Amino acid sequence: MKNNKATFSKYLVSSAAALALTAGIASGASAAENGKFRVGIVTFLSGAAAGPFGVPSANAAKILVEGLNKGELPAPYDKMGINGVEIEAVIIDEAGGATKQVEEYRNLVQRQKVDAVIGYVSSGDCLAVAPVAEELKTFTIAYDCGTPRLFADNAGAQYMFRTGLDASVDNIGAARYLVATRPDVTRLSGIQQNYSWGQDSWADFTAAAAKLLPESEIVEEQFPKIYQGQYGAEISALSVKRPEIVHSSFWGGDMEALVLQANARGLLEDATGLLTCGEASFATYKDQAPNGMIIGARGPFGAFAPDNALNTWFKGAYNAAYDLDPVYPATKMAQAILGLKFAAENAGVADKEIPTAEQLASGIKGATFESVSGTVQMARANGHQAMQGITYGEYHYEDDKASIVNAVSFSGECVTPPEGVSAAEWIAEGFPGAQCN
Amino acid sequence: MTSFLAVLIDGSIYASWLFLVAAGLTVIYGVMRILNMAHGSFYAIGAYSAASLVGWYFNNGIGPAWISYLLLVGAALLAGLIVGVIVERGLLRLMYGRDEILMVIITYALLLILEDTMKIVWGVSPYFAYQPYTELGRTAFGLLKVSNYDLALVGVSCLLGLGLWAWLERTNQGKVLRAVIHDREIAVAMGVNVRLMFTITFVMGTTLGALAGALTAPAISVVPGIGIEVIVLAFAVVVIGGLGSIGGAAVGALLVGLSRAAAVHYAPEFELFVIYGVMSLVLAFRPEGLFGRTMARKI
Repeated sequence: MKNNKATFSKYLVSSAAALALTAGIASGASAAENGKFRVGIVTFLSGAAAGPFGVPSANAAKILVEGLNKGELPAPYDKMGINGVEIEAVIIDEAGGATKQVEEYRNLVQRQKVDAVIGYVSSGDCLAVAPVAEELKTFTIAYDCGTPRLFADNAGAQYMFRTGLDASVDNIGAARYLVATRPDVTRLSGIQQNYSWGQDSWADFTAAAAKLLPESEIVEEQFPKIYQGQYGAEISALSVKRPEIVHSSFWGGDMEALVLQANARGLLEDATGLLTCGEASFATYKDQAPNGMIIGARGPFGAFAPDNALNTWFKGAYNAAYDLDPVYPATKMAQAILGLKFAAENAGVADKEIPTAEQLASGIKGATFESVSGTVQMARANGHQAMQGITYGEYHYEDDKASIVNAVSFSGECVTPPEGVSAAEWIAEGFPGAQCN
Repeated sequence: MTSFLAVLIDGSIYASWLFLVAAGLTVIYGVMRILNMAHGSFYAIGAYSAASLVGWYFNNGIGPAWISYLLLVGAALLAGLIVGVIVERGLLRLMYGRDEILMVIITYALLLILEDTMKIVWGVSPYFAYQPYTELGRTAFGLLKVSNYDLALVGVSCLLGLGLWAWLERTNQGKVLRAVIHDREIAVAMGVNVRLMFTITFVMGTTLGALAGALTAPAISVVPGIGIEVIVLAFAVVVIGGLGSIGGAAVGALLVGLSRAAAVHYAPEFELFVIYGVMSLVLAFRPEGLFGRTMARKI
């Protein structure tokens, strides 16, 4: 009897599993034929990157999809959905590493039958997914990852696009901001997370500073482990070298902890902090960050986004839904979704028709489109990489209100290497052809 | 000279934090022979509880700043007590007597469950409780400015170490506990309620973990994953000192703290390596750790 029960239970479990699997595949297959424009959205929903990047991005995606489906956005995006077709978003977690993300990407394309994928904060995930996008011939937009290798390693990319800027722009812009506002600084220092993001950011910044501020010297550099959280010794090591500028590409909880500890210990009173990702925590610093600390948003995003009709709508909708202003990862997600809509509606297909991946690619390749951050030119990497300006400014907190003062913008042509030239070569040659007004 | 002074100060502060984190882990292993992977989650729960309570206190402008220090400790005690009792009574007591490796796997599973539970309870946005950290001000040692909160942590850590030593060496309950550590079977034969001692020890270990998190919360952004980072360091410290030894944990913390501070100031490129370099060096000469005892294994 016991054996019979066990056999019956096993049968029941395996049958249920088989049914569930069949239902999953079936729902994927039928949803692909439900007439909606299905978009895979990939960003961090768990792990340390979820709070600063993933959740604001996912929230922005929900706002945009809902707004577009209701036709609420201002022109030129006032047409319902994408090309008149209702949008269906499939939001998945980016956590788990590059191997898992390749599996998830295949799952989105082959089982969920998405028409396009927008995603990826991590450069490692972007680099892993890019060749798979080409293999599966799926239109994909990298919305946040910053690695310059995305198109250097995938030179003939047809389906992969990036509507955000690459990381070298952040650091060239940071060096240019120092030239514009503090041309006499000579003692530079840096603290970076010890992985490719931190090391590459520091390499770009120090190379750019060496050209733009030739009298400057690097007095100290620290590379603590990512997610370390405690920076007592590093702050001491920086303090005793009396730097004028402390550059950091820290992000998320690490950045907030660094600002809190360095400010409490007077380092950010004696030296000026320069945080390339600083805007992401704009709403949380309050009086714990010193006035005058330089922050960036990796482009004209978040608090640096212009007052155009699209951004006014986006900020209003985001604020109404979450009682917060959108930070830069949210703006970048909004930009990627608008890029997708532009691609579809510029693809030359009939109204209410879902374009193919090739048509989507031809719709955006080398194009110029309007976004929440202003005008975006897909002007690099053979028309696959966005070029925009970048803005830096100083954090200011007064009367319980945070604002940005002394903002300075640099055009895309001022901070972006010419087509076919790597950032390292361009910086080393002294920025030939840069157009800075 | 300034750098040397900075190494001493930074090393001592970091060591005191490491000891706070590692004390609970080593107490639990010493008595229960459980290598508790979930200790990092207890640290994180303490940090979240403290940040929530202190954040609520200041956001509502309820009273003077000094009360927030009591709230930090109170939050840790409450969180440690509740979580400790639930985990020990609800899970671990069903597993006693199992292989040590199996207990590692069970506590690792617990760590994963607690990490997700924390996301459900507190979400993924950062929590801040910075007021206790900034309220105490700072002290200048020449060019070096040090947070008084960090200096106070050194005192708290010393007091905690002395308290644990006095409890184990100078109280009847401590003597009974040492009897359990030396020989569990003989202790049972002598009428010691070992199960009760296990419960007391586990709750104490949990509370120490939560206390470490609560006292760290004011200096950091409390975000998901902070406990995972801490557990690796805590293991390194207790392995250097000898698993189960309070004195060993203190010496291990001091060794790691000073070595790391020296690396940050004099050879930053070795900062990541130095903690594990010290651990490897100690284990090469004393595989049981500095204060660990070589024990015959019962088969």
